[in-house]
Amino acid sequence: MSGPLDSSDGDDRPQAYDPTAPLTASGNLRRRQIFSRLSEWMATAAAVAAIVVLGIVIYTVVSRGAGAISWDFLTSSAPTGILPALVGSAIIVGVGTLIAAPLGILIALYLTEYASKRSAQLVKLTMDVMNGLPAIIIGLFVFALLVDHKKQSGIAGSIALAIIMLPLIARGTQEVLHLVPGSQREAADALGVARWRTVLTVILPAALGGILTATILSVARAAGETAPLLLITSIGSTDNVSLNPFEPIANIPVRIYSLSEEANPEGFTEAWGLSLVLIAFILVASLGARALLARSKRKMSS
Amino acid sequence: MNVPRSRVRIRTDQPPAAPSANGAPAVDAVTASADGNWDVAPEVVFESRDVSVFYGPKQALTGVSLAIRRGQITALIGPSGCGKTTFLRSLNRMNDSVSSFRIEGEILYHGHDIYGGNVDQVEVRRRIGMVFQKPNPFPKSIYDNVAWAPRNLGMRSGLSDRVEKALRGAALWDEVKDRLKDSALGLSGGQQQRLCIARAIAIEPDVLLLDEPASALDPIATGAIEDLMHSLKGRFTIVIVTHNMQQAARVADRTAFFSLETGGEKPVGTLIEFDDTERIFGAPRDPRTRDYVTGRFG
Repeated sequence: MSGPLDSSDGDDRPQAYDPTAPLTASGNLRRRQIFSRLSEWMATAAAVAAIVVLGIVIYTVVSRGAGAISWDFLTSSAPTGILPALVGSAIIVGVGTLIAAPLGILIALYLTEYASKRSAQLVKLTMDVMNGLPAIIIGLFVFALLVDHKKQSGIAGSIALAIIMLPLIARGTQEVLHLVPGSQREAADALGVARWRTVLTVILPAALGGILTATILSVARAAGETAPLLLITSIGSTDNVSLNPFEPIANIPVRIYSLSEEANPEGFTEAWGLSLVLIAFILVASLGARALLARSKRKMSS
Repeated sequence: MNVPRSRVRIRTDQPPAAPSANGAPAVDAVTASADGNWDVAPEVVFESRDVSVFYGPKQALTGVSLAIRRGQITALIGPSGCGKTTFLRSLNRMNDSVSSFRIEGEILYHGHDIYGGNVDQVEVRRRIGMVFQKPNPFPKSIYDNVAWAPRNLGMRSGLSDRVEKALRGAALWDEVKDRLKDSALGLSGGQQQRLCIARAIAIEPDVLLLDEPASALDPIATGAIEDLMHSLKGRFTIVIVTHNMQQAARVADRTAFFSLETGGEKPVGTLIEFDDTERIFGAPRDPRTRDYVTGRFG
């Protein structure tokens, strides 16, 4: 006979207990509670460790890079300033976003609104594999396609970054599109309005906040991507601000790399300073994106 | 109108002892209604002919034949799982999005096969609107909810008059006229449901399908929806699915009782009896109907 009162250690008689006894822990409850508390502590410790690691990284970057930050550092050309790298990164990432965002949103719309279950699975798998592609391989691919035997250019970097951003935008957008209740599509269908008008006027507006969030997060990720840019963007870039994406263009990650390769210690400080600028941008963008998502989720559910 | 009145068919008495070999529909007969007033019967909007519905290998509905007439309220009642909502959603092809959905038989809408080869489902729904069990307003303003479909269907002229007319039609105007720009999600459940009805009638459909429109509402809001149905009667042909028999008795001209036919291997939903509402609730022909409406359904 087994019953709910069985103890777990092989004793299969129902454990007798006195229902009138005080309600303190009895039997093996104390042992179970110790185990339970132990697992809680371990989980908490792991979570705290993650925060600590991020904290240490930020602290290191701030403490070593803060000294390099000055108005002159931010606004003058190389070699003393980082303005060309800032502008170059903005152009490369901006153009990359312009390529990746419309495609990513369309892919997400295909996944949620049009695809059969099977083809949706295939596309999702493709996106996940693409997301896992090492950046250096994307860099090599774009190098072979656009740069080899030609010249390096900002636009090649934008294309490489777009390939990195595409799965992030597509999957992120798809997730928020899933949050738009099916009952809204049903309501729109029952009104005799064609699906694409529903997509444009009901579904996309409801998901707008989430789509922006996914895009910003992918921008934050792409802004720090170094490997493809090393191969294809900046050899031959000038020390001055360059606005033409079809020419070689300086950018933050490659500048950090080359500064830290330099022999003189000042280059090192500058690398830290530039890292600080980059990490500050990524943090602000990520936090802003989260806040935006929270706001749009509230709007969707209230 | 190309369906002769005499084609209206209802299911005749079927003694429960009679073996129904494979769940096939009982013989349909041409029958006059109890009060014999065929002369005033309005034209047929829907004629369902021996309709069966399958979801993959599972049959949900078998052998439904009935006629729904213009301007009347037709109620579909019956126990859960008897296929009444499936039947309702088949009337405007809302089941098409279910990939395993398959229908046999014919549903004629003013004589046109709803599932005919060149029929556009968007056009079907343009004429046959639907209101769902759970209020589902768009996360937009009250005004934009009602104006949305007219805008997207190119009915832009006189839009605000159209919105006002629809909101008045749904008995909601007085409650919302001062806050048309507020979010529809701030309305109460009953107001949201009336807004959904206003949204549906704003494009002046021919038919309104209501899928348990009051089941998520409290009794007062339910009463408001029922009053609304009375006021919409005549302007629209209304088909309503309801679990609430008193509601069917209060609002419907004609009532169809669906139940599960257990003759076959697995129980399948089917139409048991379709008649004037007074007759269904007062003097049903089929003992299964009688058991259900008197609360003796097992």
